[in-house]
Amino acid sequence: MATLAARERRLGWGLIAPALVWTAAFFLLPFAAMLALSFAHMEGRAIVSGLSLDNYARALGDPTMLKALVNSLEITAIVTLVSVLLAWPLAATIAWTIPPRLQRLALLLAVLPFWTSYVVRSYSWLLVLGKNGVLNKALIGAGLLGEPLQLASTRSATVIGFVHFFVMLLTLTIYANLVQLSPNYARAAADLGASRLRVLWHVILPLTLPGILTGAFLTFVLCIGDYITPQILGGNTELTLPQLIMLQLQRSGNFPLASALSVVLMAVVTLAYAAVARWIRLDRL
Amino acid sequence: MTADVTILHVSQHYAATTALDDVSLTVAAGEFVVLLGPSGCGKTTLLNLIGGFAEPSAGQILIGGRDMAGVAPAARPTTTVFQDYALFPHMTLAENVAFGLRMRGMGRDERRARAQEMLALVGLPGGDDRRPHELSGGQRQRVALARALAVWPDVLLLDEPLGALDLKLRRAMQDELKAIQRRVGTTFIHVTHDQEEAMAIADRIVVMNQGRIADLGPPRDVYLQPKTLFSAEFMGEINKIPVHAGHSPLGASVPGTGMLCIRPEAIGPTGSLPLGPARLLDAAFFGTHVRARYAPLARPDWVLTVHLPQTARPEPDSVAELYAQSYVLLET
Amino acid sequence: MKPLAWAYLALAYVFIFLPVAVLVVFSFQDGRLPVPPLQGLSLRWYEKVLSDGDLMTALGHSALVAVISSALALTLGFLAAHALARVHLPGSAVMRGLLIAPMTVSYLIIALGLLALFSQTGVRLSLWTAGIGHVVINLPLCFAISFAAMGDHQQAAERAARDLGASEAQVLWHVSAPMLAPALAAAFFLSVTFSWDEFIIAFLLTRFDVTLPVEIWSMLKSGLSPATNAVGSLVFLVSVTLVVILELTTFRKGRA
Repeated sequence: MATLAARERRLGWGLIAPALVWTAAFFLLPFAAMLALSFAHMEGRAIVSGLSLDNYARALGDPTMLKALVNSLEITAIVTLVSVLLAWPLAATIAWTIPPRLQRLALLLAVLPFWTSYVVRSYSWLLVLGKNGVLNKALIGAGLLGEPLQLASTRSATVIGFVHFFVMLLTLTIYANLVQLSPNYARAAADLGASRLRVLWHVILPLTLPGILTGAFLTFVLCIGDYITPQILGGNTELTLPQLIMLQLQRSGNFPLASALSVVLMAVVTLAYAAVARWIRLDRL
Repeated sequence: MTADVTILHVSQHYAATTALDDVSLTVAAGEFVVLLGPSGCGKTTLLNLIGGFAEPSAGQILIGGRDMAGVAPAARPTTTVFQDYALFPHMTLAENVAFGLRMRGMGRDERRARAQEMLALVGLPGGDDRRPHELSGGQRQRVALARALAVWPDVLLLDEPLGALDLKLRRAMQDELKAIQRRVGTTFIHVTHDQEEAMAIADRIVVMNQGRIADLGPPRDVYLQPKTLFSAEFMGEINKIPVHAGHSPLGASVPGTGMLCIRPEAIGPTGSLPLGPARLLDAAFFGTHVRARYAPLARPDWVLTVHLPQTARPEPDSVAELYAQSYVLLET
Repeated sequence: MKPLAWAYLALAYVFIFLPVAVLVVFSFQDGRLPVPPLQGLSLRWYEKVLSDGDLMTALGHSALVAVISSALALTLGFLAAHALARVHLPGSAVMRGLLIAPMTVSYLIIALGLLALFSQTGVRLSLWTAGIGHVVINLPLCFAISFAAMGDHQQAAERAARDLGASEAQVLWHVSAPMLAPALAAAFFLSVTFSWDEFIIAFLLTRFDVTLPVEIWSMLKSGLSPATNAVGSLVFLVSVTLVVILELTTFRKGRA
């Protein structure tokens, strides 16, 4: 006769098994399939499996490919930094300036465009930044510009589109962190003679670091892996890694190379995660 | 409706600690037994083992003569009134009480009738469409009791059910609990750390300490004739006088060696065992009695606590001859 | 300090709402291009969009994939969370990590991996394959939200239910799920909005039947058009309605 504990464990395994099997079959196995594919090579239009490192040599050796990785890293770094710098004051303003009973509404409003279709959101920025777009028309109408600015199909457009999305995301995570802080921290610091700026810098900012870090990591992961925003707003003037992957897959039909590039992308994200995870652990000590 | 419980050489070990150490106990059918002891003494562990929420590392538990090894809580003839009541917040009171019957496949009307009956039994007739959050702590406790009794358990397990109530309500609920138990006749095994509660409701008290049974018996015996020093101290205030080979520093002559234990109310100006003269240190009026503290002249560094009658007005610094009316000598 | 704060707030809101406002305003454009000047207000683009068979079919597909994949993700995630919260299983930390892992991986990589798997095993691409991908991305979310919501209170009630004779299925159905309803509803609605809006997985893993974001994507290829604005505005309206309902019901109740 099975003991109660053994029966409990069997029940536990039974409940968790579907999720584990699903994750293994449709997350781990696909990744393995992609990894295997990255060591294959193309002969004509046929994929020949093997154990070649050629794809990785190309992914990291070919200047255009390396440039795409660098572009992705640069854009992601700029986007993450700018988004944090814009979102922190916004979250703080909502948490400190707006009356408490209106804060939830203010926050809901601040992230409302978050719920527009992701594809449509990038498209909307095209309407704003395009040659005949709202911004150019407004600036020319106001006499501030003679000729329309080339804003669409630039890195700036990509960055603006990204920042728009991630400011909303970061505002949420930082706000959640800010409202959890007891006002007594700031009071205590002020009581001990710290100026408002020093309170902000030495007390509040370090205490919101977990929120910033969580949001920044999310931003990093979502930004570096995104295909839509650079494709719609940046165009093909400079390629990011996801754009290059899609190009290899769709134009060239080179699935093995696309796989190798994806593995590189994943490696970058994993490195970033390792870095942040260590930071957070150090932070807790 | 009722069954006896036999616990045979039960031990329970967690990683490095021993929660229960070779405990044996027999509870008669229809008996109201209270497991009493400080936190960590093993009383709740024992209750969980009877209820089937854990299995003993060693030993055997029988309910109504049936071995409970490998029997899940649902299949045991026991139900539990939990410390936090664990009422289902999304169900009405009637639904809460009828839950166990519903799980047994009983029809809606029958269920409803039984729930009404149970709610009436615990003193909550009508108002069964309310939800648990609308109730006071005492009312929730009643619902938990009704829910556990609704499925006709042979043994009801109560895990500090009165612990969350304030003192006044707790004393009132004790009387009701006892009355309900008499009415339904189910075996009650009740865990508490409050010795007054234990004495008020128990047919038999089981005093537990460090995973073992320190004493057991009817409240009167456990209070007046404790078998261990731990039990004597846990059941209430007590004066302890060391005795060596029939002699003590106060001159009291009791055959044997150990600790002479005397309750404060068992000391007075008359009695069978002289304790010698003592000087009054201070006295305070406690309503039912006067609590006085004396320093024996033979050992002025000791303090004897004495409960004098309500009418007593001892003079400060006065010296009185004290006697013990009843006492026990316990091994240390 | 205060005027500065309000000014910053105003600017931030302008930045956040600018593209949405432009999108919605020019969806009413009585002309061929969704850019200034506004030539008059018209509903003709909405008429065009609502009578566009492909678009409406794609919308139906999106709704179907979103609801089914979210329901599956929630079921799997909730059961796994229940198992980990209730039973001490060896390696539970590793399993938690594995179930959460897809959250830290780009959708593009998940899509490519599944594409590699499906092409190597000869599985034909369809709405089903896209749905599988959506379960992969939403399962971690549903698991994490369910797991975080499980606490002592509900575990005590589950224990009481078991004591009263409920089987594990009855415990889950009559006690755990109703008590966790706010969290489960939140997880479901979030999953639905994510799946409803997801592009790259749906793009790579569907072939003939496509979802709405993929259909919109193909509209974009033919350049700027107020029709795209109209679709975008409609999608925005649907999402906002969902969010407002969620805010007014589930989250508010959850806090009470």
